Amino acid sequence: MTATTMAAPAARRRSAITALTITELKLFTRGRALVGLGVSTGVPVLLLIIFGCIHAFKTPVARYGGLTTLDVYVPILLVFGMTALSLLTVPATLADYRDLGVLRRLKTTPVGPARVLAAQLVVKLAAAVVTVVVILVVARVGFGVAMPRQAGGFVVSGLVATAALMAIGLFVAAVAPNAGAARGIGAILLYLMMFFAGLWLPIQSMPQELQHISHATPLGAAVPALQNAALGHWPTWLQLVTMAGYALAFGLGAARFFRWE
Amino acid sequence: MPAVIEVEHLHKEYGDTVAVADVSFTVHEGEIFGILGPNGAGKTTTVECVEGLRKPDGGEIRVLGLDPLQDRAELTQQLGVQLQQSRLPSQLRVAEALELYSSFYRDPADWRELMEVLGISAKASTPFSKLSGGQQQRLSIALALVGRPRVAVLDELTTGLDPQARRDTWDLIEGIRERGVTIVLVTHFMEEAERLCDRVALIDAGQVVALDTPAALAQRVETEQRIQFRPSAAVDDQLLESLPEVTSVTRKGDVVVVTGTSNALNAVISVLASSQIVAEQLRVEQASLEDAFLAFTGRRIDAVEGTQSPRKAKGKEQ
Repeated sequence: MTATTMAAPAARRRSAITALTITELKLFTRGRALVGLGVSTGVPVLLLIIFGCIHAFKTPVARYGGLTTLDVYVPILLVFGMTALSLLTVPATLADYRDLGVLRRLKTTPVGPARVLAAQLVVKLAAAVVTVVVILVVARVGFGVAMPRQAGGFVVSGLVATAALMAIGLFVAAVAPNAGAARGIGAILLYLMMFFAGLWLPIQSMPQELQHISHATPLGAAVPALQNAALGHWPTWLQLVTMAGYALAFGLGAARFFRWE
Repeated sequence: MPAVIEVEHLHKEYGDTVAVADVSFTVHEGEIFGILGPNGAGKTTTVECVEGLRKPDGGEIRVLGLDPLQDRAELTQQLGVQLQQSRLPSQLRVAEALELYSSFYRDPADWRELMEVLGISAKASTPFSKLSGGQQQRLSIALALVGRPRVAVLDELTTGLDPQARRDTWDLIEGIRERGVTIVLVTHFMEEAERLCDRVALIDAGQVVALDTPAALAQRVETEQRIQFRPSAAVDDQLLESLPEVTSVTRKGDVVVVTGTSNALNAVISVLASSQIVAEQLRVEQASLEDAFLAFTGRRIDAVEGTQSPRKAKGKEQ
């Protein structure tokens, strides 16, 4: 008896949601999906290594309250990974499934299409966690950046931020007319939102008005919340409420407008 | 034989367009039931209502005694579906797709055996996008059967396949019926319906125009005559259609084509004579088997597609 035939009964006992999640995970590591994985995990790690090698980035800056430029950038790179996963890969995959008729096909089975959406989010959430851990470890081991001092605040901020981002990703999937549009909208939003997150110019260095605008965006709330946690403080209520508000609004919008076919 | 699917006076509109006007039929246990008609006739909308994918605007549907919309959880366990133009994620491999879909059902079939039966075992680790059209269809059939359904609805199964793959697929369908599965086959290929189906519903413009065994339908057509002529003066179709011997009147340019019973020729000539019209270039031919659809609907089944026959009639054109 070969290993494959022995695996059959075990496979049969696997629940539908587990099987869907495993399948989504496999698909995420193949073909075009690999590009999304590379952008969301590879790019921030690469940027971290580049920034970490810049000597000036490792000296404390008064404007950043005694933090180094690298300290300031770690949370920005973290949200880049989370945002790329939520806005590049989630809408593209779901819109693709809709275009191909995958969601419609699932509608004719006992599990229905909503669970493939859930599986997709579980996989992307897991990828976000892995990305965050990799970035934190590389920053700590490679460049001596301290681990977040307020771990609870860091986890809560990260989860609420991810919820907001995933909700926006689902909303894009819901309203995009096709997979191509979903990819385009996702990419534009990623770069727009990363601007307000301070990828090109840290929020602390922005003009006062721009700082206010930034703080009202999902990432402009997420980055300072994570920076607070890195310094040992809890995120402010305003930061959490801002992110939760986006999660709720776009989550409801996605549920309202999502088309399965 | 008990009824497996009962459709009564199904009606469905999309905005201002009536997709299904009034369709009724009953599918018996163990049969292969064909739904035959040109593209746009309402075949797919009809089976999508049966599958519970669409909400009918009127009429009653029961599948295995279940309401397709109310009893979805139970229906999906017992109804296997092969959708027209439904694909899988391009990187999903054959075995993975089958294993995944088998996890959806209470009592799934052995998907390895199914892969064997459908002749795609050699492609077990091939991604969907690398399969040929015929292999994709085989996988699609396998996925429709993996839940051990009592009924399977197969929509445009062989469209886009080459003739050999089409014949192979037909053999598969017969094999599936032998496993005790009742099959509803949606097609616009006359030959396919003739070869496979126990009974066929001819659907045109959202209506069932005939429902019988393929042999009986063909027999009805075979006893008909087809009369072609060029009228010497304008002739009103109504005049000919009003004759009891005439079943249809169509035109090919300025040639009038009339089908009807064996007495139709006499009736047509005399009614034309009474209007002082002469039937020029008169030809009388026995309608062929392939023309069954024409007899019931007044146009060729492929006329809407416009791809196959160079002698296709432009049905409703005047």
